[in-house]
Amino acid sequence: MPKDQGLISWKELAPGMYILEPGNSKKFKTGDWRAFRPVLDKDKCIKCGMCYILCPDICYQQDQDGFFICNLFYCKGCGICAANCPKKAITMVLEEE
Amino acid sequence: MTKKFAKEVSIAVAEAVAQCKVDVISAYPITPQTHIVEHLAELVNNGELDAEYIPVESEHAAMSACIGAAATGARTFTSTSAQGLLLMYETLFIASGMRLPIVMALVNRSVSAPISIWNDHSDVMSMRDAGWIHFFAENGQQAVDLIYHAYKVAEKTLLPVAVNIDGFILSHVVEPVTFLDQNLLDKYLPPLKIKYKLDPKNPITIGAIGVPEIYTEAKKAQDEALKASYKIILQAWKDFEKLTGRKYLPVETYQMEDAEVAIVIMGSLAENAMNAVDILRAKGKKVGVVRIRLWRPFPTKDFLKAIGKVKTLCVVDRAVSHGATGGPVGIEVRSALYQSNKRPRVLNLIAGLSGRDVTKEDFVEIFEKTFETLTKKPTTPYEIYGVKE
Repeated sequence: MPKDQGLISWKELAPGMYILEPGNSKKFKTGDWRAFRPVLDKDKCIKCGMCYILCPDICYQQDQDGFFICNLFYCKGCGICAANCPKKAITMVLEEE
Repeated sequence: MTKKFAKEVSIAVAEAVAQCKVDVISAYPITPQTHIVEHLAELVNNGELDAEYIPVESEHAAMSACIGAAATGARTFTSTSAQGLLLMYETLFIASGMRLPIVMALVNRSVSAPISIWNDHSDVMSMRDAGWIHFFAENGQQAVDLIYHAYKVAEKTLLPVAVNIDGFILSHVVEPVTFLDQNLLDKYLPPLKIKYKLDPKNPITIGAIGVPEIYTEAKKAQDEALKASYKIILQAWKDFEKLTGRKYLPVETYQMEDAEVAIVIMGSLAENAMNAVDILRAKGKKVGVVRIRLWRPFPTKDFLKAIGKVKTLCVVDRAVSHGATGGPVGIEVRSALYQSNKRPRVLNLIAGLSGRDVTKEDFVEIFEKTFETLTKKPTTPYEIYGVKE
């Protein structure tokens, strides 16, 4: 028998599967189907913020030192940041490595 | 006394919709259509009905506009037929899946090919599994009453309701009709108040993705809601009976008390079948008619009770289910019987396709054919009645 794979009982769903809590998509982990993850080389990084601007999932946030750091909870590994980094400071690394 | 009007049924339906004080009407009137949305456009244009009339660019958009409007808590209406319904098809499932109380007058007609504008049930049967509640009217008065009931039921169940009206045979025929007194109707159908709706002050998400971990639960909840609508429908009909004395049941019968054979049918042809019963009863034949008023959710218990102790049933379908084991109603009936110990013989005829007349004389012949099956088993699971060989 396959195990129960449901998230929630059907009895607890709002009618029409409406989501009553605004902004709860923040809780949804989109980083778990990533094949490659971006790895930043801080020595090459000039903190220009191209990765921050171009990331389609708004994963990048600036840290205290001014570096833009990718939040891997959301990052789907598309590689747009790496492809557009003017200093080639971001490399895409296979998740298994 | 309530005043009777001679009205074209389409016009009467439009007036009943206007009486229900709809907020939004969205329609794409293209052939084949009816005077329903035309007349509503007139009422809005003349200032007789305070509603938003959205003339859209396709039937797909007509249902989409109803979905959008209903999601904000508006009372909505649209009407279509045949190809128009098929163009709406994708959005029909969205309306029910998102639990939106949309009411549609579905004027039943054949679908192409071959091109046809005439009446049968091939359009509605294509949306059999779309999660809508379906009523079938037999005459103009029922068409009007079922519009009132549709809003009452849709808004209590949060499910869309289709009122099925036979194209031309009903839609374009002048019939005597009475309307419910506006004050009574306002009590029967209070203004729509929906708990969850699109409102900038209280944001919610509707129409979200149903990942594999939740889609099954969403469908189970929707299926249970459709099943649970049965009781709400019964209550709506009881309340209406108290107001008007007009009684509606999920399955209605005619001369079934001692019937040996019966015809099972939906829609306006039931009246011809009942006329045939009168002819045969005068000759002492024990025949009756079982008329399915509520098609979805299918009222299995009522159906099994209605057929009494008949020995053979003739299910008269108005649509072909190509490659299936019968017509859509025939399949449903056989499935319902399998859940009970009753095993009458079932003769399944498909008749009246694309407006071909099935007269009371034809129904007399159909009854005679049904009597033959008392002694001789039908040789095919279904047959197309009256086809020229």
